[in-house]
Amino acid sequence: MNELQVIRADGLLSVQDHGRPGHIAQGLSRGGAMDRLALIEAAALLGLNAVVAGVEMAGAGGVFATTKPMRIALTGAPMTATLDDAPLQWQASHRIEPGQHLRIGGAQSGAFSYLTPAGGIATPPWLGSRAAHLNIGLGGMLTAGDRLPLGTDPDPEAPARIIEVSNRFRGGLIRIIDGPQTALFTPETLASFVETRFTRAPRGNRQGVRLDAEARFASDQAGGLASEMVGPGDVQMTGDGVPYVLLAECQTMGGYPRIGTVIPTDLAQIAQTPPGGQIQFLRLSLDQADALYRSDAQLLRETAGRCRNLVRDPAMIPDLLGFQLVGGVTRGDELEDG
Amino acid sequence: MPDDMPILVPEALPAGLDGVVIRFSLNPEPRAMAAAQLLAADLAGDAPQGVTEIAPGLVSVLMRFDAAIIARAALMRDALTRAQAVAAHPRALPAPARRWTIPAAFGGEHGPQLGQIARAIDLSEQAAVDQLCQADLRVLAIGYAPGQPYIGLLPEPWNLPRMSELNPMVPAGAVVSAVRQLVMFTAASATGWRQIARTGFRAFDPDRQDPMPLRAGDAIRYAAVAADQLDGLMARDDGLGGARLEVLG
Repeated sequence: MNELQVIRADGLLSVQDHGRPGHIAQGLSRGGAMDRLALIEAAALLGLNAVVAGVEMAGAGGVFATTKPMRIALTGAPMTATLDDAPLQWQASHRIEPGQHLRIGGAQSGAFSYLTPAGGIATPPWLGSRAAHLNIGLGGMLTAGDRLPLGTDPDPEAPARIIEVSNRFRGGLIRIIDGPQTALFTPETLASFVETRFTRAPRGNRQGVRLDAEARFASDQAGGLASEMVGPGDVQMTGDGVPYVLLAECQTMGGYPRIGTVIPTDLAQIAQTPPGGQIQFLRLSLDQADALYRSDAQLLRETAGRCRNLVRDPAMIPDLLGFQLVGGVTRGDELEDG
Repeated sequence: MPDDMPILVPEALPAGLDGVVIRFSLNPEPRAMAAAQLLAADLAGDAPQGVTEIAPGLVSVLMRFDAAIIARAALMRDALTRAQAVAAHPRALPAPARRWTIPAAFGGEHGPQLGQIARAIDLSEQAAVDQLCQADLRVLAIGYAPGQPYIGLLPEPWNLPRMSELNPMVPAGAVVSAVRQLVMFTAASATGWRQIARTGFRAFDPDRQDPMPLRAGDAIRYAAVAADQLDGLMARDDGLGGARLEVLG
């Protein structure tokens, strides 16, 4: 069986897919990739018709190898990557051969990066998903020496592909809609909330991230509230009025009032905002948000339509002086890094 | 219920782009909790088309839906009509479909704060335990952590607030109480609720065939066991601590 070998793990690495929806009644949050869009982009680059499990990398990557020729996609927060000594483009798919070393370095921006093998990681699923759910102790971090079973690449000879993605790796404008508890906040608090520039706090985890600002946004109706079901994207307000945006591994019930919910399209951007990144909210009507909604299947189709073949970019050639731009002779291997 | 109590007014509210919440009250009042359970049972028995998930909360019910099959507005109308019928004609909860009997060691090292509760409700520790073991308890909702039940409602005197100081760490299997409810912790946790007992029941075990065996609406009965029996119950491979499940009529 084909394997992905983890030769070195530098960042926080875990297997992730789109998680386990449908178990809120049993207290299990969906979990899965922090940046769901990055796995859709990986599937699109690899020409797959569904999302497969990949390795999520936070902070830094590591060194990887495989046992059979196959394609991989590199998506999410851009990291430096080389295959043996040749630099690899991010937001692209590439072919790797047995014996080659795929080295993935630090994130240049953003927080979560993805290495997705075309055959998908084929560890045994639990409740229909292979995703580690670290908050509840399910699965764990990958470490050096791990060997992950892979499915078969359906088309190993397919050309390398690349996609341009919007820059969701540095904060920015995040769109929210009203939720079941928005009415617990005064119009003045709501107005001030969308006028405030927040800084993503240094501490955050897969359950949620705190947003810092001078202003506070407490609800005076928070006392004695019954706990309600909460979900990824919900913006909880702590007792002293500090917002937390809940992410994929959040708890399923919470007692803090929620001022609104980040729309699914923008949830990846919240997760990818690195500590110190600036965020401001824009309040949409439900109709406006509905018009932006895309199912995962629609997103995959649209994303696949934006992929194109990877053409060599001179800026990425490792040794430009040694690369003969004219004369018809090159070192030979440099055109083949895709 | 006194005749002059205003009727519950349920609200239908959007929850994200693929969710709707029906809420009977903002606060955990017993009538709203009963109504939420009735509505959840009603919806589960006859789910509106396009609903992909129904999750009962304490005073609300969350539904997730597939917008390709049902429009949010139509689902909100349908669910609100059913919620209004529940609110207008309060009735007893339907008989439980299942009952768990869960052995628990009360007081002493396994329930260090049982004494505080017994004093607060003006009973001996033994009488408080007897009252709890005889109470008609249900799983009100499951949440916060996988499989973790909110169980209630205990008799009115048990309506005790959370402590102002947190219990820094209660062990896995701790049974804690506040506001007429019990929570059974699957993992060691910090909590503002008082620990009165401990069981060998693990409400979540990913390796078990049924990882999260409790369902909202399940009846729960605690059976008091001696402290020295707990180790044996906790050592059971199934992580159920000797709990027995009956499927009822």
